[in-house]
Amino acid sequence: MSEIVLESQGLTKQYNGFVAVDNLDLTVRQGEVFGLLGPNGAGKTTTILMLLGLTEPTAGSVQVLGFDPVRQPLSVKARLGYLPEQLGFYEGLTARENLVYTASLNGVRGREAHERIDAALAQMGLGEAAGQRVGTFSRGMRQRLGVADVLLKQPQLVIMDEPTQGLDPEAAREFLDTVRHLKAEGITILLSSHLLHQAQAACDRVGLFHQGRMVLEGTVRELARQVLGSGYRIHLEAEGPVPSEAEGPDGLEEPLRRLDGVLNVRRFDTNFYELEAESDLRAEAARAVVEAGGRLLSLAVEAPSLDEVYTRYFQQVEVQDAATD
Amino acid sequence: MPQQTKRSGQKRRREGSPWTGLGAVVAKEMADHLTSARMLILELLTVLTAAGTVYVAAQNLRNSGQDQFLFLSLFTTPQDPVPAFVGFLGFLVPLIAIAMAFDSVNGEFNRRTISRVLAQPIYRDALLLGKFLAGLFTLTLVLTAIWLLIIGLGILVLGVPPSGEEVARGLTFLAVTISYGGIWLVLAMVFSIIFRQPATAALASIAVWLFFTVFWGIIAGVLAQVLRPVEVGFLEESLAQARLELALGRLSPNALYAEVILATLNPAVRSLGLVLPIQLHGAILGAPLPLDQSLSLIWPHLTGLIAATILLFALGYVLFQRREIRA
Repeated sequence: MSEIVLESQGLTKQYNGFVAVDNLDLTVRQGEVFGLLGPNGAGKTTTILMLLGLTEPTAGSVQVLGFDPVRQPLSVKARLGYLPEQLGFYEGLTARENLVYTASLNGVRGREAHERIDAALAQMGLGEAAGQRVGTFSRGMRQRLGVADVLLKQPQLVIMDEPTQGLDPEAAREFLDTVRHLKAEGITILLSSHLLHQAQAACDRVGLFHQGRMVLEGTVRELARQVLGSGYRIHLEAEGPVPSEAEGPDGLEEPLRRLDGVLNVRRFDTNFYELEAESDLRAEAARAVVEAGGRLLSLAVEAPSLDEVYTRYFQQVEVQDAATD
Repeated sequence: MPQQTKRSGQKRRREGSPWTGLGAVVAKEMADHLTSARMLILELLTVLTAAGTVYVAAQNLRNSGQDQFLFLSLFTTPQDPVPAFVGFLGFLVPLIAIAMAFDSVNGEFNRRTISRVLAQPIYRDALLLGKFLAGLFTLTLVLTAIWLLIIGLGILVLGVPPSGEEVARGLTFLAVTISYGGIWLVLAMVFSIIFRQPATAALASIAVWLFFTVFWGIIAGVLAQVLRPVEVGFLEESLAQARLELALGRLSPNALYAEVILATLNPAVRSLGLVLPIQLHGAILGAPLPLDQSLSLIWPHLTGLIAATILLFALGYVLFQRREIRA
């Protein structure tokens, strides 16, 4: 297992009696992309502010990159990049001037500052716009400038709060590509989002927040197995074997059901089947169809969707709550 | 053992200097002030005021031309209908100071830059002090430039160079004016921490300034009459009332500044309090005080101005430290 970058134990934050974050245990390891997911007001931003040392926890402890954000905030903030949800720049200054200020606050000056700024701007595709006032920038450009602002610190860990909010789908997709690039460079990333399908595309592991608690944690697949009971859903269209050779009225359902790892098979209309499986069984399913004498027309796998996990989880919780009431 | 200290983390001091990044904040804020349109307007206004009043005063002085301290009179000589330059400074300096600071903290919140700036390795201390110092330095820069302009204009119009004592008194006047600006700067900053809207902070600052400029003198008089009424008509009673009124009046920074300027620029002023005829026994009226005597006269006032600035800054500091960043 790789090194632990971020660890919290029993982290709690109360505002005037309201519990924003409740007894949070969180562990993020070197090089992974961890998603803090949940609806607005679930405690994601408060958690992030506590990790940065911008808000003091009511109880519990945090270690970020081996430092305590409450007592050693400078060491933490020198090594960590933060992309806030409400990303603001000095509108009257150019993109470069904004970054020069950030660099100087980090004690990076002169030639080195300009080299880092040029590299960061170029990496985010803002080389051309460096001399423009930030007031003229679009939402997507600001977001990229925010990433450049974080990159010039050369951080080990980057925390992003709702980074894709307000971006159009194309910009959001580009942004998620950027996240993957950062991961490839070995930077650990913690991102929060309420857009589950986007987070799913980018995160190695996720934690689902609900009312200040992290109710589920793990890879999307683990969560799917835990909540939905199966990880994969395979859609299959096939014409059944010709009637004379047919094994029975069920057509292809029976051979598919016999496959190892298939949990359930459902048939729609005449030719459509849906398999719930523990792993990606497309090849096995294709062979089963062909061996049974069927004609395979189409085959697709649907990775488990976080949206579904989330919805289903809360349905279950509500059912339990109703039962206990 | 180190593990032990880590566990009892609550007792450990926070590491690192609170001044980390102070220089960067000061440099950025000063650059902002010096390039802003707001400051440009105020600088123009001040320069025009200075040129106008001082030119009129110089003309006046050239015609009379008997004063021992010509250069000091440049600042203080009114020529109807134009008031003296120090009269203008009494409200120009607060105006400049308030204009620089009324959106200093809430502006960062409204532009949503605060979380990004505080996510850099600096403490909030550096941000707040940096903003204050940048304002003070800008004020110093502007006032020094104007001071030099006035002296230069004086040399041109009057045709004589200033004496050593005039320069020393002039510099004292400059220093006092800057510390007077400091208190309004820090007041506007405190309001910019308290109020989310810059406009509210600006209004509150101007309200306080108006209160002290216009109303406080009246209130001090009324309070003195109520608290130390002259019932029988003894001299002691009138004296006590006048003393109380003076003491109350001095709670206003404007009053303090006016008295300090009086003593600094007019060497003939021997006392800023009440003087009974008996105390003047043996004094040569109108004879100038030496500089060190004038300085000891204004010392309590100056201390009061600076102390009030520090107290207000402390208040702002506490408020800012407690402010939740999530806005």
